Amino acid sequence: MTPEELGEIAATQEQNVLQYKHRIHVCTAAGCLSSGGDKVREALAKEVATQGLEKQCLVKGVGCMGLCAKGPLVSVKPNNVVYQSVTPDDAADIVKSLNDGPVKRLECVTEQPFFRRQVKIVLENSGRVDPEKIEDYIAANGYEALLKCLTEFSPGEVIEQVLRSGLRGRGGAGYPTGLKWSMVSKVDSDRKYVICNGDEGDPGAFMDRSVLEGDPHRVLEGMAIAGYAIGASHGYIYVRAEYPLAIKNLKTAIRQAQHMGLLGANIFGTTFSFNIDLRLGAGAFVCGEETALIASIEGRRGSPRPRPPYPAQAGLWGEPTLINNVETFANIAPIIRNGGDWFARIGTEKSKGTKVFALAGRVANTGLIEVPMGITLREIIFEIGGGIPDGRRFKAVQTGGPSGGCIPEEFLDMPVDYESLKKLGSIMGSGGMIVMDDTSCMVDVAKFFMEFCKSESCGKCVPCRVGTYQMHELLERITEGNGSAKDLAALEELCDLVQNTSLCGLGQSSPNPVLSTLRYFREEYQSHVEGKACPANVCQIHGAKEVVA
Amino acid sequence: MGTSFRKPVAPSQDKRWRIVDATMRRLGNESHALIEALHTVQESFGYLDPDSLRYVANTLRVPLSQAYGVATFYHFFTLKPPGKHTCVVCTGTACYIKGAGKLLHAVEDKLGIKPGETTPDGEVSLMTARCLGSCGLAPVAVFDQQISGLMTPEATLEKVGRWKEHDA
Repeated sequence: MTPEELGEIAATQEQNVLQYKHRIHVCTAAGCLSSGGDKVREALAKEVATQGLEKQCLVKGVGCMGLCAKGPLVSVKPNNVVYQSVTPDDAADIVKSLNDGPVKRLECVTEQPFFRRQVKIVLENSGRVDPEKIEDYIAANGYEALLKCLTEFSPGEVIEQVLRSGLRGRGGAGYPTGLKWSMVSKVDSDRKYVICNGDEGDPGAFMDRSVLEGDPHRVLEGMAIAGYAIGASHGYIYVRAEYPLAIKNLKTAIRQAQHMGLLGANIFGTTFSFNIDLRLGAGAFVCGEETALIASIEGRRGSPRPRPPYPAQAGLWGEPTLINNVETFANIAPIIRNGGDWFARIGTEKSKGTKVFALAGRVANTGLIEVPMGITLREIIFEIGGGIPDGRRFKAVQTGGPSGGCIPEEFLDMPVDYESLKKLGSIMGSGGMIVMDDTSCMVDVAKFFMEFCKSESCGKCVPCRVGTYQMHELLERITEGNGSAKDLAALEELCDLVQNTSLCGLGQSSPNPVLSTLRYFREEYQSHVEGKACPANVCQIHGAKEVVA
Repeated sequence: MGTSFRKPVAPSQDKRWRIVDATMRRLGNESHALIEALHTVQESFGYLDPDSLRYVANTLRVPLSQAYGVATFYHFFTLKPPGKHTCVVCTGTACYIKGAGKLLHAVEDKLGIKPGETTPDGEVSLMTARCLGSCGLAPVAVFDQQISGLMTPEATLEKVGRWKEHDA
């Protein structure tokens, strides 16, 4: 592959697509698949064939368009008409209407905050490119950033751009990506590794899956750039086995990139070589922790080990290793293409760029959104999310999964960035955002997360293994109406202990859901303990009096 | 070290062992191929039995205890044969908020089994998943690899009931 060839592929593909007068994009990401997106795509392709329009109309499968609640989604270019809740029976009407106006009964209003308020960087190709076609990605400026790095930048200059962008790790902790890269690059070793953490274990977060399913090449390109910057020639992508479509699309993408010479030896005729292997997770939440993930790639149980040494010094097989999250890598190509300063102009002072959130729970528009950092929770939930359905009342929003916390109504106007969320007792996490209304009992929510941490604890260190078990027992007792004030005090004491003495992030952050609900919804705990009643009528308290909600 | 190593013989003549062999060979029969090899065994045979664990461990030259440790550490691996049909109820946060517990209780009551168990006639296995990533359509359940969103207890029972009828 030469630079000229890359340009040619892009131009040819663009022409190939533009020769069709109409282009129908059908979402075939996992969300829409579960509402029948694949069948809609088949029906549309068949309908186009029956009406003899194959030369004028292209039907292609694309990645997630975001509004999963209204899936399957179909968008028709060049008019940008979006249809929602499409069934295979609607195919005839959609194809018939190509030359006239849109099918009114299926139309999804694109002039609504859900679409207008989003700023897309990571998801810019989602819903546009066919994830199974590398040419489509190249036509969307794909691999241009890698070419630019290899031909115009020294590794140091690449790191400089990432540093300037202010990008921080999107996996949860928010460590500055550029610093991590420069740390690994400075370690002297002829064997280094790049690892992409796609073990999206947080229940309620599905942004990494969407990126891997809808735009896999973006992640490969980011990893290759990282490899060049730190001096590694081998990378691993660690993906959950629960994401079969992401695995399939990644395998295809890696094969295509190798075939075109965009991965492999001497990329673009330079001395830089880079290969990527896929490794499957096997359903262990703790493997999201970097040292546990490394153990898993090495074929062992996913038990974390104490740090330091950090993976940057001694990671995979004892060699310097760079680990970043899927979304972090997906940000790299646009940063290189447009410059670090461009990225740094988006977001807040300390949290730059955009963040993808998975909006779920009791909110009207569930789905995937990408918003600039600094947006308020209220804007996300009530404007983009469309508010709480069924006339219910907002109660809390849970961010950061089992390591995060519940944020009550009074803080809805806080900006979303790493520091503000931390101040509220929650974390950014990987970007799951679960909205709860008054039908949720916060003590039960805390118990739910503790049950999760208890069963996901790897068992290596005592505070986490025994502490999460004990905390769960206490919460169980409280939700059954058998708790006492002493239990509450014991619970708080345990939270403090587990937080401060656990070996890895799983244990250290496992008390967060309890601590944040204790902080903001203490009265609910008290009514369970003192009044023996569950205000939300969720907990089955034996012999309790009914509470009028 | 130094002693010659002879690759063990597959537990049976079953052709599926060749797929397992291919996975291990692709990774150089190295110890780090353990998880990938177990994935292939489970994909080919449905579960991991003691023979397959022993075979994989011996081929990759890892202690059987390590292979067993890995197989039991990760939730994805199962040591019991699955039923003819599987029903997976997602118990992730979004599904929990939207009532996954009710789905699960409905199926538990109907089949008389707990998550991780199979009906005595070997027909249906009930499982739970941590999160299937279809949170936008919560609550979700998977029936024989087919994922369905926005489930109700009634719809879930209907799907499970259909298996029972067909086989009766």
